[in-house]
Amino acid sequence: MEHFISLFVRSIFVDNMIFAFFLGMCSFLAVSKSVKTAIGLGIAVTFVQLITLPVNYLLQTKVLGPDAIVPGVDLTFLAFILFIAVIAGIVQLVEMVVERFSPSLYASLGIFLPLIAVNCAIMGGSLFMQQRIAMEANNSQAILNFWDSVAFALGSGMGWALAIILFAAVREKMEYCIVPKPLRGLGIAFITVGLMALAFMCFSGIKM
Amino acid sequence: MAELFSKKNNEALVTPLFKNNPVTIQVLGICSALAVTSKLAPAVVMGLSVTIIVAMSNVIISLIRKTIPNRIRIIIQLVVVAALVTMVSEVLKAFAYDVSVQLSVYIGLIITNCILMGRLEAFAMQNGPWASFLDGIGNGLGYAFILVILAFVRELFGSGTLFDIPVIPDWAYQAGYINNGLMLMAPMAFFLIACIIWVQRAKDKSLQEE
Repeated sequence: MEHFISLFVRSIFVDNMIFAFFLGMCSFLAVSKSVKTAIGLGIAVTFVQLITLPVNYLLQTKVLGPDAIVPGVDLTFLAFILFIAVIAGIVQLVEMVVERFSPSLYASLGIFLPLIAVNCAIMGGSLFMQQRIAMEANNSQAILNFWDSVAFALGSGMGWALAIILFAAVREKMEYCIVPKPLRGLGIAFITVGLMALAFMCFSGIKM
Repeated sequence: MAELFSKKNNEALVTPLFKNNPVTIQVLGICSALAVTSKLAPAVVMGLSVTIIVAMSNVIISLIRKTIPNRIRIIIQLVVVAALVTMVSEVLKAFAYDVSVQLSVYIGLIITNCILMGRLEAFAMQNGPWASFLDGIGNGLGYAFILVILAFVRELFGSGTLFDIPVIPDWAYQAGYINNGLMLMAPMAFFLIACIIWVQRAKDKSLQEE
């Protein structure tokens, strides 16, 4: 239980997807002009991460890993293709389910769902999970069982959502600032992310 | 032969290097551009891998572009790219194991690198194989170019080495010079890419926003 909580908190603050691993930067920069859309995308990413990562965990441990199906056969080299297929398939499925059962949610989240299939944070989460399975049990980043993968999925998704919502709020205020012409838009956005990453670095001292 | 290097094809090859750079202008593929650049060697390998994969996937998609049903084109593109990335990753594991360990998950993340999907959607779906090949090479090299600049600055000031060979002399350290450890951390990558964008847009006013 302790490991579960520590993994969850760590993946929100210390191993933040944006500020520590630079994952999902494309949509992070493109869809952060207003807090409202940022919240929508943040929730959608967390949701998809929470479904795909545990599914990929089962795929990795029960099908692909060494000796999983047939003793002596290691199918890990197929991981890239299968992970991305699972992600694209689940995103399509989620889109259809949301459209069928909650048209209002679909109206607000629908446009983001296709974006998520190619969001590096989702694929990156699955690939990190693959690495962390092999870690020692006493490592606080290790994923030891199914519930750990759920904790990591929820934490990394929420960390990403937190980052994009904070960044969108800063960006909304920045509309009123006078920025040097060549830095306007993208340039100042990167400097802002850099300063936020500096702030998040202070979490890295936390011991759990 | 004249047709092979017509004006349009030349443009496809040259403009992504500076004027329409994938990283600083099109804002594609930022994730890996920042993550693998704390050392030069992985940055160069990453740049080359992306160049090869973009060029190859552009050619393949461009060859089959007329047979791809529009509704499932994203999945087809992803599968083609994922197959190519798997091949490159296996080759790296076999011949450059140390670098592939340093690149860790980021080699797999080439699949979701926006440069690939962006170029496939914007160029390869409309153009012939040869033009797509040049476009892929151009965009890959434009990406590699930014990676090498970032990695050069970060490795030189962060660890005082280039390609792991010490370049800062010992007497400088004895005189009190200290490596700037912050250069190897995430925030400095953001600041450096902001500086590159700043310089580029200050020189070419047509790129400035608003």
